[in-house]
Amino acid sequence: MFNLKNTKISMFSDTKKLEKDIDEFVNILSEVGLAFKSIVKRYLSHSTDENFESMLEKVTEMESRADTITKEIEHTLYEETLIPDARSDVLRLLEHLDELIGMYQGNCYHFSIQKPQFPDEFHDDLISLTETVVDCVESLCLTVRSFFRDARSVRDNAHKVTYHEKESDIKFSSIARRIFNSDLTLDRKMHLRYFVEKIDRISDQAEDIADELIIYSIKRSV
Amino acid sequence: MELTIILFLFGGLFLGWSLGANDAANVFGTAVGTRMVNFKTAAIICSIFVILGAVISGSGTTETIGKLGAINALPGAFACCVSAGFSVYVMTKLGIPVSTTQAIVGAIIGWNIFTGSETDSGILTTILTTWVLCPILAGLIAMGLYVVVKRIIAHSKIHILRLDAYTRLALLLAGAFGAYSLGANNIANVMGVFVNISPFTDINIFNFLIFSSTQQLFLLGGIAIAFGVFTYSKKVMFTVGNDLLKISPMSAFIVVLSHSIVLFLFASQGISNFLISMSLPSLPLVPVSSSQAIIGGVIGIGLLKGGKEVKWSIAGKISIGWITLPLLTLIISICLLYILKNIFNLSVFIN
Repeated sequence: MFNLKNTKISMFSDTKKLEKDIDEFVNILSEVGLAFKSIVKRYLSHSTDENFESMLEKVTEMESRADTITKEIEHTLYEETLIPDARSDVLRLLEHLDELIGMYQGNCYHFSIQKPQFPDEFHDDLISLTETVVDCVESLCLTVRSFFRDARSVRDNAHKVTYHEKESDIKFSSIARRIFNSDLTLDRKMHLRYFVEKIDRISDQAEDIADELIIYSIKRSV
Repeated sequence: MELTIILFLFGGLFLGWSLGANDAANVFGTAVGTRMVNFKTAAIICSIFVILGAVISGSGTTETIGKLGAINALPGAFACCVSAGFSVYVMTKLGIPVSTTQAIVGAIIGWNIFTGSETDSGILTTILTTWVLCPILAGLIAMGLYVVVKRIIAHSKIHILRLDAYTRLALLLAGAFGAYSLGANNIANVMGVFVNISPFTDINIFNFLIFSSTQQLFLLGGIAIAFGVFTYSKKVMFTVGNDLLKISPMSAFIVVLSHSIVLFLFASQGISNFLISMSLPSLPLVPVSSSQAIIGGVIGIGLLKGGKEVKWSIAGKISIGWITLPLLTLIISICLLYILKNIFNLSVFIN
């Protein structure tokens, strides 16, 4: 029958668990970004050595953990009918964040499989682009956290995401221009451009998510 | 108890049932409609607190209704209840948010006219004033609460999920308070006309507590309201939750709380006595419309948000209800009293 006490306890324990899960999910996104930064640096200095592969393994584990958390959150939100007014927004957000993790992982695999040959003159630029992209996603992590706790600061944090995305676009254009102005063969130019573009796309996706978050936070206002 | 007495009481019980079916939706509609609270939980809490409110605090508004017209024969009371119930049904079908209060007042005035009894214009003016005051007061309270709650939420930086849990709890508590206030304020509509002719006698419980005949009537009325909640309010709750009040759960809590405060203020003998003891003007104890209090609250929040989302047509419909419903009920009650007296040879009043 009706048991208010149990309902209350279950309500708050589910909430606490979900809060932890969401925090862990955002942590994973942030950590995958940092790992990606290290992987790119490692690849440029040592190609696909053992260390590179073990880092890739870690990224895969984190991606798989993120998938599990997404499913758990999805089930709990629906089964316990939590946050009915924001549920679809939260689930869409997690889905898009999961895609972002997938993009990081995909990039790592592409490095491992296709082994692009970046001449030394492009190394610093590629590392710089990667760092900007990771900074962009870091700002997105802050935006996501503020969406859950402090809707008022979503816009401020989302602005940082946009800033980094623009920086990343500038860096991408610069590298792409330099690649095509170089003496490399066209097939190699195309191959390198593909990698640079794939990395830049991560920040585009981050910006799209930040834009979504601004809308969600407006919808969330009392 | 005679069978005819039970039959006549059914008029009031029918009114109680319709009150439970419709007005419970005002208290828990948004919570259930948005699935923040499940129907079973809402129905149980609503029923318990409606009965408690009716039995403990229902006498204040009943006294006012009694002063408007002292119906002294069961067939007369039956005619009033049936005409009120019927006209509320008609207006609801037309999509006009009305209340049993306005209907029962029209019916009592109809009885006064038919029997040649005098209608106390002072009481009538007081009642009419509260109808206008009720949605305005609810709107003002909702605006105040909205500002406070918004600030608290903005500064406390509570996680969206925790806020959701608190909102559910707040909706349950506000709903319980709302149900209590509804019972206290609106039981006069359901059983008020039977108080002077109550078929019950006082029950002395172990020389400790006297369960008066009026309280027994109110308990019966409260059970009828609870029956309405369980049998018919689910559909209305989903309609209210999804169509009429497209607002966030937190705004819904504010609206329900402001509605409950208004209903409680117009029903609480304690607050009234306190204000009088402080030599302050007291609020009259009058049954008011819970639907209109809710709409007043929604409009109040809408105005704070810039007024673009306010459906002024609903506000217009409220004022139509203030005039047309009592008139419609008045006419129907006179017709019904005429039929009962002249065709069924029943005594609708005692000289």
